[in-house]
Amino acid sequence: MSSAQLLDLCSLVRSKNAGPFELTFDFVCHDEAGYRELRDSELLTPALFANLFALNENQVGFHAHDAALAIKVTIPRPVVQGSLDDADCYGGQQYALVLDALDRGRS
Amino acid sequence: MEIRILAPTGALGAGFSRAGLAAAVELAPHVIACDAGSTDSGPAALGSGTPKLSDAAVRRDFEALLLARDHLDVPLIIGSCGTAGRDDGVDRVAGLAREIAAARGLRFRLARIYSDQDSARIAAVHRAGGLSPLAAAPAVSEEDILDSHIVAMMGVEPIQAALADGAQVVLAGRASDTALFAAVPHSLGADPGLTWHAAKTVECGAACAIPPGADGLFVHLRDDHFTVSTTTDERRLTPHSVAAHTLYENADPFLVTEPGGVLDTRDARYEAVSDTSVRVSGARFRPADYTVKLEGAALTGYQTIIVGGIRDRVVIEALPELIPLADKYFAARLADLFPAVDPAAVDISFRTYGTGAVLGVHELPDLAPPPEVGVLITVTAPAQRLAHDIATFVAHAASHLPIPRYEGLVSTIAYPHSPPETDRGPAYRFTLNHTIAPATPTEPFRTHLENV
Repeated sequence: MSSAQLLDLCSLVRSKNAGPFELTFDFVCHDEAGYRELRDSELLTPALFANLFALNENQVGFHAHDAALAIKVTIPRPVVQGSLDDADCYGGQQYALVLDALDRGRS
Repeated sequence: MEIRILAPTGALGAGFSRAGLAAAVELAPHVIACDAGSTDSGPAALGSGTPKLSDAAVRRDFEALLLARDHLDVPLIIGSCGTAGRDDGVDRVAGLAREIAAARGLRFRLARIYSDQDSARIAAVHRAGGLSPLAAAPAVSEEDILDSHIVAMMGVEPIQAALADGAQVVLAGRASDTALFAAVPHSLGADPGLTWHAAKTVECGAACAIPPGADGLFVHLRDDHFTVSTTTDERRLTPHSVAAHTLYENADPFLVTEPGGVLDTRDARYEAVSDTSVRVSGARFRPADYTVKLEGAALTGYQTIIVGGIRDRVVIEALPELIPLADKYFAARLADLFPAVDPAAVDISFRTYGTGAVLGVHELPDLAPPPEVGVLITVTAPAQRLAHDIATFVAHAASHLPIPRYEGLVSTIAYPHSPPETDRGPAYRFTLNHTIAPATPTEPFRTHLENV
């Protein structure tokens, strides 16, 4: 699946701080059919996020939320919020790595 | 039983439609509550005490809410005053309350609940093994704690105590967003699972509406469900949009930890009532040992920044070699000009936008070469004057880097400003995201009552 296909299924793709030390990704689908397709495709997996952010899989929190039609992934923040190395104080652009990686076969 | 709660906006000072507030007041809420803070915008508010939003913006919302409260004669609860919920944030909003009361002829009993913690006392708790790190919080040293401004996050109990003492307007320091909405329903005996779920749903105001925005939500909390509604027909709610709000800024979408336990929404059901109203049921609250979260921020140093751009592809292609060269030159120049300064106390960082500045070390390896690169140089030093002085030679040298392809001197960075350096003042870092087990839920907090 490409990022274009993921974006077709989703009404919202975002990353966001979950406190200063965790980063969370939400992939919210348009409808039930799209949600099932995304969930069952195993496109988004703990292994993908572990690979992209240099983590162990057991550091990746992974949730399928039926009522919200959403896949949610939470990881330790790649860089602590507000530290000298942090270039994204709200964590709001980190999901771009996931989209790009889908197109480069990094799963 | 029916308890009605008005959440007029997601953050005091973010704004809301006056018509929406008026319509919600007609529904006769038992309480109006509003959050005024967050750590989401970074450590600066907690470190410095400077709020994220202006006094003008806070006053606009606060005045409308004080008038609504006066009309209804119900409690108005504001939490995390001044963004970080520091004592000076509470005092700042209390000052606005007194000004507004004087200007509009309002009278009320005001509670200020303070959350600042004595860092020496927290260091002692740390030595005794009484600090528990929350998920992914890094190790904290005693020195970090002593250097930090620390607040504790209150639950419902200090707010309930202030209301029991006759407070009509409660200005809380750092508080759990949900506690602001849950305090009154809990006192009235509402179901804890439904109460916490309703509180979690409305704490960001109309953030879960379609379109999302700075506006209010209204809750009718009943025995076996609650309904949540928008305050204006211009925003809709769907079972999906309400359910999806459990995702927002949360590590776990089903389990939300509060000071006294865990909200579990795994069995929650969301049903449409109308285009603007959703019925929610099924959440449970599981009590647990009482813990209070601490947040701490400490000074990193003082910063001066330099902004510029590079357009020549010859320079862009040479950047991977040029930046290490520049770093070496800066280190030598620093030692030459400021021999007394510890080089480890100074940080000079280059961010080259267009070549992976946003994702940093996790950027994919084969990013296409950009036609233009934005440059942000950040100098961090123990004093502002020193950061500025370092930035002046950094800006000068960075714009005259030797390009191997060119024999003469070229200006390698286009600066839009003269001078190119901008002092940005102190910078802070988060240190604590830990919990303590207080003797009682109110013990870490101090409450002052006054008649305004």
